[in-house]
Amino acid sequence: MSNIQNLKSFDPFADSGDVETQPTNYIHIRIQQRNGRKTLTTVTGVPEEYDLKKILKVLKKDFACNGNIAKDPEVGSVIQLQGDQRLKVMQFLVKQLGMQKKNIKIHGF
Amino acid sequence: MSAEELGFDPTLKKKKKKVVSEAPSASASPAPEKESLDDLFAGAKKKKKKTKAKKEATDDNDNTDELTESFEGLKLKKKKKKKGSKASESADFEKALAAAGVQEEDSGKLYDERQKETFIPYITLLDRFYDVLREKNPEMAGGQHQKLKIPPPEVARDGNKKTVFVNVQVIAHVLQRNPEHLIQYLFAELGTSGSIDGEKRLVIKGRFQAKNIESVLRRYIQEYVICKTCKSMNTELKRESTNRLHFIVCKACGSTKSVSSIKTGYQAHIGANRRKRV
Ligand SMILES: [Zn+2]
Repeated sequence: MSNIQNLKSFDPFADSGDVETQPTNYIHIRIQQRNGRKTLTTVTGVPEEYDLKKILKVLKKDFACNGNIAKDPEVGSVIQLQGDQRLKVMQFLVKQLGMQKKNIKIHGF
Repeated sequence: MSAEELGFDPTLKKKKKKVVSEAPSASASPAPEKESLDDLFAGAKKKKKKTKAKKEATDDNDNTDELTESFEGLKLKKKKKKKGSKASESADFEKALAAAGVQEEDSGKLYDERQKETFIPYITLLDRFYDVLREKNPEMAGGQHQKLKIPPPEVARDGNKKTVFVNVQVIAHVLQRNPEHLIQYLFAELGTSGSIDGEKRLVIKGRFQAKNIESVLRRYIQEYVICKTCKSMNTELKRESTNRLHFIVCKACGSTKSVSSIKTGYQAHIGANRRKRV
């Protein structure tokens, strides 16, 4: 039992709550090939506080493509869009939703 | 931009340092051999600093440029230089040898003559030093790391729906990586799967062009091959059994850095599977 009060006051390894130090919550934008030349863009890791349905609605209109929201037990809600919309999605996330580019990872070729 | 920003610029600092160290070496160049040898080492340090500063100034862009170079299989810069100075070097070396021989036989007699013969211009000495350094210790030579020659990915179509990545094994070997690790990354990034055929070629589901594969390879190299400290590609990927983390161990500078494991991430269920799964 340590009764030294000084040592208890500050834990240097405690979670500071600083977002900068938690790079785990990336937004991943991926691409998958479907049959033929068709592709599918998936967006995972969008924070829960955003209304995905509203985002999807805007994206579908902006990019003139179809899309839907899938539920995944591991990563939660996923936005799926038809075609390769990766760059456009990233621009949207950065410009319209004010997300930081370094927290977005684009995968694929 | 602003003066403040310039003040913080690390390259500027380096440059200042360089100027300081340059002064003594320039003045001491016609000095006797021992001192000029010291100078050579000073010169080595100096050059290293220079290249380092350059490296720091040009960041990721430079990196990708280097990658491009290695993909195109450009010849090493060093080699060119070597060729030019080779002849003069050997001549100088013979001279030096002869001088040394004379010195051993009769030290006092031919003193004047010897002094005449042993005078080698500073520049030649410097060249010679770098040639030896490059030969024996290429990683140290001027901080310029050895450029790996990565063959461009050879890609062939297998029917309508599959792509064959012919030279995975070769590329994985050049990068000193386990082919399975590279393949795992390719699959994760391309959001697909595949198999290895009888000739150890990689068969990927989906249609991909060589440039697609190449861009994924570039990212693989950035993430899992290049040493973040010295930008060398001469590295090893080691797995620490105690904490199950992967580390890049640099063979050039000895630094280690942990890297994240490859995550496949979310994959949508496409086609026939789609309705069954949900
Ligand atoms: Zn290194």
